[in-house]
Amino acid sequence: MNSLILRAATRVLAPMMLMLSLFLLWRGHNLPGGGFIGGLVATSAIALQGIAFGPEVARRTLVLPPAVLAGVGLVVAVIATLPAGLVELPFFTGLWLKLDLGDGAILPLSTPLLFDIGVFLVVIGGVCAILLALEEDPETDQAGEP
Amino acid sequence: MEVPLALLIGLLTGVATWLMLSRNLIRLLLGFAVLGNAVNLLIFTAGRLTRDVPPLVPLDAEAIEGAFANPLPQALVLTAIVIGFGLLAFALVLAWQAYVRLGTIRTDEMREAEPPGEVKP
Amino acid sequence: MSGWYAAAPLIVAMTTAAATTLAHAMPRTQRALSLAGAFALLAASIALMDAVWRGGMIVVQSSNWDAPFGITLAVDTFGAVMTLIAAITGAACLIFAIPEIEERHRRAWFHPLSHVLLLGVCGAFITGDLFNLYVWFEVMLIASFGLMTIGGTKAQTDGAVKYVALNLVATLLFLLAVGLIYGMTGTLNYADLSRTIPNVGNTGVLTASAMLLMAAFGMKAAVFPLFFWLPAAYHTPLVSVSAVFAGLLTKVGVYALMRAFTLLFTHDVGWTHEILLWVSGLTMITGVLGAAAQSEMRRILSWHIISQIGYMVMGLALYTPLAIVGSVFYLVHHIIVKANLFLIAGVAARLTGSMELKKIGGLYQSAPLLGVLFFIPAFSLAGFPPLSGFWAKLILVRAALEGREWWIAAAALVTGLLTIYSMTKIWGEAFWKPHPEGGEAAAPLAAAPAAMLAPIVTLAAMTIVIGLFAQPFWIVAERAAAEMLDPTVYAAAVLGGLP
Repeated sequence: MNSLILRAATRVLAPMMLMLSLFLLWRGHNLPGGGFIGGLVATSAIALQGIAFGPEVARRTLVLPPAVLAGVGLVVAVIATLPAGLVELPFFTGLWLKLDLGDGAILPLSTPLLFDIGVFLVVIGGVCAILLALEEDPETDQAGEP
Repeated sequence: MEVPLALLIGLLTGVATWLMLSRNLIRLLLGFAVLGNAVNLLIFTAGRLTRDVPPLVPLDAEAIEGAFANPLPQALVLTAIVIGFGLLAFALVLAWQAYVRLGTIRTDEMREAEPPGEVKP
Repeated sequence: MSGWYAAAPLIVAMTTAAATTLAHAMPRTQRALSLAGAFALLAASIALMDAVWRGGMIVVQSSNWDAPFGITLAVDTFGAVMTLIAAITGAACLIFAIPEIEERHRRAWFHPLSHVLLLGVCGAFITGDLFNLYVWFEVMLIASFGLMTIGGTKAQTDGAVKYVALNLVATLLFLLAVGLIYGMTGTLNYADLSRTIPNVGNTGVLTASAMLLMAAFGMKAAVFPLFFWLPAAYHTPLVSVSAVFAGLLTKVGVYALMRAFTLLFTHDVGWTHEILLWVSGLTMITGVLGAAAQSEMRRILSWHIISQIGYMVMGLALYTPLAIVGSVFYLVHHIIVKANLFLIAGVAARLTGSMELKKIGGLYQSAPLLGVLFFIPAFSLAGFPPLSGFWAKLILVRAALEGREWWIAAAALVTGLLTIYSMTKIWGEAFWKPHPEGGEAAAPLAAAPAAMLAPIVTLAAMTIVIGLFAQPFWIVAERAAAEMLDPTVYAAAVLGGLP
């Protein structure tokens, strides 16, 4: 699509949406948000780029091919379910590691966060794969597959 | 709130059924989308409606005090929406492929897999 | 820690799916990973079967949320048997696929999709929660959509449209039933449901949701009158894909039916199971008559899937200990035999050039060994002693006679006879009669890659072993049936001492 307004707006909007997606991912465990919603916002940013500047630019933003992103996400999500086995708890149990940063500040890291990051990547990879396949060449065999 | 929602679910189901009975593939998919929304609303209503109190634990507390909305149907509906979205996305791509390859989106004209003229059981 | 046995097949399948996705740019690595994953899944499911057999039901409260609040994974003997048989079929078909799939098929994500499919199938067998079952169904469905269209021929697109359209409807019916059941009982955990459903006052809505579930699972299982998508679609994809579909997908529907109507809805057996009995009889007869009218190998076999589904539902519908044993036995026997027949049809088409019976022939002269390999599953399917299908049919017919359901026993026997008709048709046309293009047109068996023959020989050997040494399999099926007919054991294992 060749629209000056869209392109100008995308330059501002896409980075902000990507930031917002990370924010949503980060606060997800206790407040509305999370990996899925964050992933969708990030995907919207990339889709916007795809519409404004063409699918090539969108691919460059992703750095990795979408399927690889989804694969990495799946691995991360699986890994998040495993640490529970080390402390003899059932599959998938959430564990927290509270890092003391000094001055009373505590950084809680958890397997649910890791899982959310996995979901975040799977959503971006999966949905972008579909979108890019639709935008580039709808007649290829693998169109539409995650 | 239950009665208007029940009526809305009924209306959506009716519209969806009418759309899905069409031979046009696109109408069928639109019907699927509408019926999906009707079903999601049904799950939401089945979990009992509680207004204005989202099931969020305050930052400084361990649990919620007092009444709060049932979070489970919301989780179920969210999952169902995600899955419905995936299925619909695939089905749309498939409809487009069918249009490109078979030259039609009318299901009664698609006879490649079961060619006409052969003996019917 | 025994809980990890139940989670292991899921972790293995998901990891393999991810690994094969990441290795997509490296064909050899991807193939190696895919095969390694299939065998790891087989190992995990053998370990699961062993653990369940020795230690009884395995229950995992995933995320450490107690039932009925979290997602429960619960594996009894039936679930473990089904997981094992799914892993065997998956491995056999993936080995068969090595020489079959071309680079363009591989590029269309054959390997990752196959493992996502196996993940969904195993998940459906392992879960103990109705909504989780829905999720696994959809995982399986999306992967099967992808697999079905690999290759991209016109017939495939056409078949896929019908497959997708009807499965979308089934999905929503399932979800509708889930919503109604949740509204009535406030829970979706199988064990909790089996305790709360008898106390639900509104039996009208209860029966309505039971019927919705029956329709949804029945559509997946391809029972009468909801089977039309199956013969429209199953003969179109790659051979290895259609063998996995034929072996496993409809059987997940049967599994779900058996779970739902032994564990959940037993409040009105006279009504629900009577319907199932009629459905099973009509499924058998229409399936086998449909097959008689076909002249393409995979289409004949597809119609036979439908008629065989009728037998499994028949056991469930009779609802006696012997009949349930018969159903479980039939499921195991059928998955092996049916997947094998599709694979053999693939080899036969490769040697002669077509699946269409009119265009081929002469296989007995050029590849007599393939004739023997075809003979074993084909006559097992029809129920000849001493092959596995004989015992499966014998148990079911005996259960029908003991239950004084004369007409269903008659239907089962007639269906068996008509199955022989179809099988001899394939035999006579593809193997016995000379090839229409002359004696040299059919290639010898040596022309088929060894990787295609190995799974066929293995599955045929399993059919013979089940037939000759039926006793151990009978004992497993008997225990699975006993567990299914006593839902209190399942409920107690999942919920523990909760009231």
